Amino acid sequence: MVKVLKAGFFTTIQDLGRFGYRDLGVPVSGTMDSAAVEKANHLLENNPDVAVMEMTMTGPTLQFEAPTYICIAGADMSPSLNDEPIANYKVIKVVKDDVLTFGKLKDGFRSYLAVKEGFETEKVLGSGSQYFPVTKTKCLKDRDEIPYKETKEYMPTLSEIKVESLSDQHKLTVYKGPEFELLTDAQLASIFSKPFSISKKNNRMAYQLAETIKGHTYSMLTSGTLPGTVQLTPSGRIIILMKDGQTTGGYPRILQLSEESICGLAQKKSRDTISFELLK
Amino acid sequence: MKSYPINIKPFGEYAVLLEWPNRVEEDILYDILGFVEHFKATNASDWETVVAYNSLTLINNRGLIDFDTAKEEIEQYLATRDMSKTKVKSYLWEIPVCYDLEFGIDLEEVAKRLNLSTDELVNQHTSYQYTVYGIGFLPGFMYLGGLPSSLEVPRRAEPRLKVAKGSVGLAGKQTGIYPQQSPGGWNIIGNCPISLFNPEKEKPCMVSVGDKVQFLRIEKAEYDLHKIEAEVGIYQLKKTPLNG
Repeated sequence: MVKVLKAGFFTTIQDLGRFGYRDLGVPVSGTMDSAAVEKANHLLENNPDVAVMEMTMTGPTLQFEAPTYICIAGADMSPSLNDEPIANYKVIKVVKDDVLTFGKLKDGFRSYLAVKEGFETEKVLGSGSQYFPVTKTKCLKDRDEIPYKETKEYMPTLSEIKVESLSDQHKLTVYKGPEFELLTDAQLASIFSKPFSISKKNNRMAYQLAETIKGHTYSMLTSGTLPGTVQLTPSGRIIILMKDGQTTGGYPRILQLSEESICGLAQKKSRDTISFELLK
Repeated sequence: MKSYPINIKPFGEYAVLLEWPNRVEEDILYDILGFVEHFKATNASDWETVVAYNSLTLINNRGLIDFDTAKEEIEQYLATRDMSKTKVKSYLWEIPVCYDLEFGIDLEEVAKRLNLSTDELVNQHTSYQYTVYGIGFLPGFMYLGGLPSSLEVPRRAEPRLKVAKGSVGLAGKQTGIYPQQSPGGWNIIGNCPISLFNPEKEKPCMVSVGDKVQFLRIEKAEYDLHKIEAEVGIYQLKKTPLNG
């Protein structure tokens, strides 16, 4: 297992998500930047649905109790193994008592730690993704112990890949949402002609944008929402639902992010900028 | 048999939205639920279904979908369904609520605003059957329809940061139960001792969309007893089948 010496700012266990319970109001959860995780699990030749650790802004300090192979993906949080800097998107061998630490956040916002064969925490409703109160805890805390299978020797087919820097990616590609037709020319112009910045209100449930656009007086019946649904409130605030977002909502769904853009947005933090680009 | 115009819209890369006429109506809700039953009979594992009021969101869990193909498939289902065969099974649930002022922290204020005594308010609240038009917002949170206009009261000007789990509230045309502690702006008139959402259970939420709910007034002593019974797993909510 891995001992959590320090939990970091907000660290959770996540897999692909909790499917099949949205009709009961249970958010799908799962990794925010699923594209980064896919790469890490691919490098380790894991099943795509194994659980990884999602680390936000400030990473944890972890001590390994058994040999395994790890891969870090997503944000660059200056990881070090026993005080030696290590690279993201590279398969790295760890042995008993190795200590993994993270430093300065250099690029992106969410980093992922994958281990060979995944973390083996308890599954609730078919998923290991932490989401309170479906799971008993909402994030990892100091002194937690996270189990995994030991792997003594392993030869990865591919040990390293190169990825583009996250901070250069500002464009979110979007589809028309179910209530797109409500938007006036003036609203369309303000949505698609200028960049927006991320407000302080951003977490696994939703990202609120700092700038507002012209509001509306449309009242609709509550209807289904998805990760990536862009809602417009009557006062003109733009809220983008993320993986822990509610399954239904009463605000017009003006846009819908592509899966790739959900991953992109997951790497943005307060004051970063984004812009919308309409597909098709 | 009534046939409603149904609008099929794309909703991102892996979902489709079906919209029935924009009204809160039991007939519409049951028409949607009948379709869900028919659709799920053959597509159970591929799609998740989220029903709310007049809409159905179909979410494909296998990945990206092609909207035109999905639309064609859904239209086939709409055309071939036999409404007489897809009877939706629904239940009336009796939900115990203690309206003591210890729980109903806004009860006196709300009664005053509605020009009712607290007893009259509770009597009215417990004498109607409310239809579950959707489950969302929080795991196990029911959108209940059918509140009489005499109990309509605006939501609180200042939302509370913490509303206790089980709180029963009133807000506008809605009444409902907070399935977990959460921030909230509803007026709190009582508390239900039974957890409506239990992630340890195979079916974590007993109530389904299309069911009905009636509140039953209980005393503090019963509240305490039911709470203990529920915690050790021997309390069963009373349910009776609707429409046979």
